[in-house]
Amino acid sequence: MSKIRVLVGTKKGAFILTSDGKRKSWKVNGPHFAGWEIYHVKGSPADPNRIYASQTSGWFGQIIQRSDDGGNTWNTPGSNPEELKSPEGFPKGESNKFVYVGKAGTHKWYDGTQHPWEFKRVWHIEPSLSDPDTAYAGVEDAAIFKTSNGGRTWQELPGLRGTKGHLWQPGAGGMAVHTILLDPKNPKRIYVAISAGGCFRTDDGGKTWKPITRGLKSPYELPDPDAEVGHCVHRIALHPSRPDVLFMQKHWDVLRTDNAGEQWREVSGDLPSDFGFPIDVHAHEPETIFVVPIKSDSEHYPPDGKLRVYRSQTGGNEWEPLTKGLPQKDCYVNVLRDAMAVDSLEPCGVYFGTTGGQVYASANGGNSWDPIVRDLPAVYSVEVQVLR
Amino acid sequence: MIRVVLPQHLRNLARVNGEVQIEVAGPVTLGAALDALEAHYPVLCGTIRDHDTLKRRPFIRFFACKEDLSLEPAATKLPEAIVNGEEPFLIVGAMAGG
Repeated sequence: MSKIRVLVGTKKGAFILTSDGKRKSWKVNGPHFAGWEIYHVKGSPADPNRIYASQTSGWFGQIIQRSDDGGNTWNTPGSNPEELKSPEGFPKGESNKFVYVGKAGTHKWYDGTQHPWEFKRVWHIEPSLSDPDTAYAGVEDAAIFKTSNGGRTWQELPGLRGTKGHLWQPGAGGMAVHTILLDPKNPKRIYVAISAGGCFRTDDGGKTWKPITRGLKSPYELPDPDAEVGHCVHRIALHPSRPDVLFMQKHWDVLRTDNAGEQWREVSGDLPSDFGFPIDVHAHEPETIFVVPIKSDSEHYPPDGKLRVYRSQTGGNEWEPLTKGLPQKDCYVNVLRDAMAVDSLEPCGVYFGTTGGQVYASANGGNSWDPIVRDLPAVYSVEVQVLR
Repeated sequence: MIRVVLPQHLRNLARVNGEVQIEVAGPVTLGAALDALEAHYPVLCGTIRDHDTLKRRPFIRFFACKEDLSLEPAATKLPEAIVNGEEPFLIVGAMAGG
């Protein structure tokens, strides 16, 4: 029988939740890296035992951790005794070195002036679909880095910041590449999203990028209807069978594109709020998507104190609330952008974590939910692995 | 040999318990002590000082013989009691919570 491993990043450490394929009984392992903020933990699709974690701290900066045994043991890449036996050895301490290429330059600051680019942390790690040693890192201040040696060293793909980066301006949550989607049918194509920066696509493996924001509307902040950058994209998602179709939760509105971002259209439909963070796609139904509506950008909690996942089985516009097993009164948690994931079992499992420390799971495509752990630190990210 | 006390999180990262002892070549300055520490424990590169600029991270503090050296230049000589190992050089995570 398949096993499930849920990788949870929280404000105070990483946790690994495991279950068999029934997804009823769960073991909680952790905290790993206790006391550190864990922005993201994600396993390699090519080798599920290879897991990358972004460990960060306001005091001590950025650390990249890697496990090669499914999360039982961890090393900073390049410091594993086995790796150091290689003929060239390896200079340790390089795995947390994220340095912008060339002169870092400047981006737009809150007062409209230009501000130097400053690396702060890694928000998201996206392992390659085919090579466990290759991964991409989305960082704050917004940029994308790549490793081809298992995280020992990272190099920026500077073309992204070259795409009108001087016009990007941080929002209240910072300015980070928080979403990286790899096209499973075209290894040269990558999508990224940046809050208050926009959405971008490369078709040449990261050398050059183009804004893909036509159809996004942000009338007050961006009165120019043709503004290519500056849109506050909270999350994008795709189904691997149909990578030209993307879904987006924006600061306002849920949208979709059917042509790889060349044109977007709003599909918020009858959602109770058009604000939220995560969005994800059902593993077996490319037109079934999930969002968690949040009441406005200043309150950041569910409307009416009811925690509801909304599901559309029509690719947007028509939405149904999923409430069974979720708190329907006095609930004022948030669900952050990287804190929702789906598994590929049948029926599809859906998972999300809250800033209140709960991780909820549905083993039936969202029809009903159970908390699989209740009292973790605030959840930053949730990823799922199916182990066959 | 100088003695260095690291904050708990950095001890965990470097996989050491208690104080560490470091040989510092040449004059024992603040910068030389940090250079030697990072050379001996490369995993600490970037956690105390910026990789590129070598500026102290904002919420790190340096103390020697009850003196706060956090704002002193890298060329600052450490006190004799640090140099001869009588007193430890302290690297501290600042009180910056809320």
